[in-house]
Amino acid sequence: MTTELKARAIRVKQSSPVSCISAVGAALLVAFLISAPSWIDRGHLSLLVEFFYFLALAQMWNLLAGFAGIISLGQQAFLGLGGYVVFFAAMRMGWNPVAALVLAGVVGGLVAVPGALIVFRLHGAYLAIGTWVVAETFKLAFSEVKSLGAGSGISLLAAVARAVRIGPFSRDTVLYGAALLIALLSIVCSYVLLRSQAGLALTAIRDNEATARSVGVNSLRIKLLVFVGTGFGTALTGALIYLSKLRISPAAAFDINWTSYMIFIVVIGGIGTLEGPIVGTLVFFLLRQYLADLGSWYLIVLGVVAVVVMLKMPSGLWGTFAKNRDISLFPTRRRLFLNADEYADPGKLRA
Amino acid sequence: MNGWIDSILQGVMLGAIYALFAAGLSLVFGVMRLVNVAHGDFIVLSAFIALWLQRITGFSSPFLTLILLVPLMFLVGYVLQRVILNPAFGADILRPVLITFGLSVIIQNGLLQGFSADSQKLHGGKLEVASIALPGGLAIGVLPLLTLGVSAAMIGLLQWMLYRTKLGRALRATSADLSTAGLMGVNTSHLFAMAAGIAMVTVAVAGVFTGIRASFDAVSGPDWLIFAFEAVIIGGLGSLWGTLAGGLILGMAQTTGARFSPGWQLLSGHLVFLAILILCPRGLFPRRTE
Repeated sequence: MTTELKARAIRVKQSSPVSCISAVGAALLVAFLISAPSWIDRGHLSLLVEFFYFLALAQMWNLLAGFAGIISLGQQAFLGLGGYVVFFAAMRMGWNPVAALVLAGVVGGLVAVPGALIVFRLHGAYLAIGTWVVAETFKLAFSEVKSLGAGSGISLLAAVARAVRIGPFSRDTVLYGAALLIALLSIVCSYVLLRSQAGLALTAIRDNEATARSVGVNSLRIKLLVFVGTGFGTALTGALIYLSKLRISPAAAFDINWTSYMIFIVVIGGIGTLEGPIVGTLVFFLLRQYLADLGSWYLIVLGVVAVVVMLKMPSGLWGTFAKNRDISLFPTRRRLFLNADEYADPGKLRA
Repeated sequence: MNGWIDSILQGVMLGAIYALFAAGLSLVFGVMRLVNVAHGDFIVLSAFIALWLQRITGFSSPFLTLILLVPLMFLVGYVLQRVILNPAFGADILRPVLITFGLSVIIQNGLLQGFSADSQKLHGGKLEVASIALPGGLAIGVLPLLTLGVSAAMIGLLQWMLYRTKLGRALRATSADLSTAGLMGVNTSHLFAMAAGIAMVTVAVAGVFTGIRASFDAVSGPDWLIFAFEAVIIGGLGSLWGTLAGGLILGMAQTTGARFSPGWQLLSGHLVFLAILILCPRGLFPRRTE
């Protein structure tokens, strides 16, 4: 049997029966969520908005750290920047706030390019703290801008806040729709990216960067793509967060805690899988529901859980659950199958 | 003119603290290629423990608490490395970073719970206000000068330990090639724990000196980590004397920046750091053999 025949007898598959069922389930869930504003009360709606933006933030951090190997502790730089851009565009430039959301994302993506050129000079753990320094620099720089309220921050004008509406949809509905859209986009874009050729390269880099480069993967280009993409998404999400919070200040917008939450969610849920951040966000909200009254104990518990998970089950809740079960809701792995017929009877192939 | 000289002088004194912050970080990176994200929080923790020790023992000077604090922090470092960080050590840098990040959050919130969010200070008595007059109406505080001396001595000791002792030789061998060092009979997990313990000794000293110089609170750690990190990168990775120089440069950048506006103190430090990162990414005094 020749090598060529052997190669043809192997098929690469990504989907599985479970993933087909989950696709149908996901479609139903999305339809259900789209209809939510018409029957859910305001309190729960804003809880869902929060859920979606944490999910989006975590999913993007997961793409950075879990797939591209960029452990950023400075994502709050993009988040805060997005918030400030939306405030500036809506209040000082007279933009429609919804259009300003998109502008915030674009600015985030543009800032990520020079940002990457600086922080990519560092590696591993040093890159992590380097990104944090950049975020601190942003915080201090925005604290010096008098027209944006300097250190004490600014509030969104009531007139601008009221302008957050599209056609018949109220402010709450628009914010909900935007949050849902961003969360879905973060999952869909990651999924599409990971199933593409670039995704295969990313996975190769994650597993062994030196080897990946030796077989011709341009790791810098792919890392840059992910850094700029998540810069766009994180700034967009930040803009949405502050459009719903109505008040922004440098200390809150550039707070390292934003990134802490992303890390806790991803680590607990399972880093390097698309399902992980979803599970993690659910756990994060459940813990918060029961422990938020405990103040700093809540963060201690989160920290302990994250440390224990990293030590005892580094692939997180989802990774541990899916291991050996071959379950994947968002199949991004490429699985090899031997085609038994062709393997047994090479003659068939020649015919 | 005198004002500028004074700024630079104060910058050197401030930088001595940053070098003290950075010494342990630099050692651990040099040996293990690891960054302890909770490094700054351990310095704050040391300062709080010193405060508490002084309260319960009635020591007149916070420096005396070092008698207990140094062995305690050594033990903390040793056990932490052996029990938590060694098992997570490997090619994947993600796990140690995220574990120490989790520790950072735990320490900060634990301190908030135990000592409240109030700002604290260690009281050094007369030493705090003593100063030496210099020509031209300038003055140098005795305590800052002492800090500079201790900082330089600490770096010198680490350098001596690393290049002149048996322990240092084993550490360098392990750093160069982990598995070969293991084959040669070096107990690598014990060695890493020793390095982490020694780093924690520098942390204890840094905690006491900083606690006397400036006020601190439960969440000062991240800022201190960032200063330590900047000093290490400015000086060049893996070079201990470079770290001392990096600390001094960072200190001077901050105090000269503060002359323009108080808000510019930290900002100018970060900007100088970023500029150095862009212009010479390996730092100013990188170790030649790398």
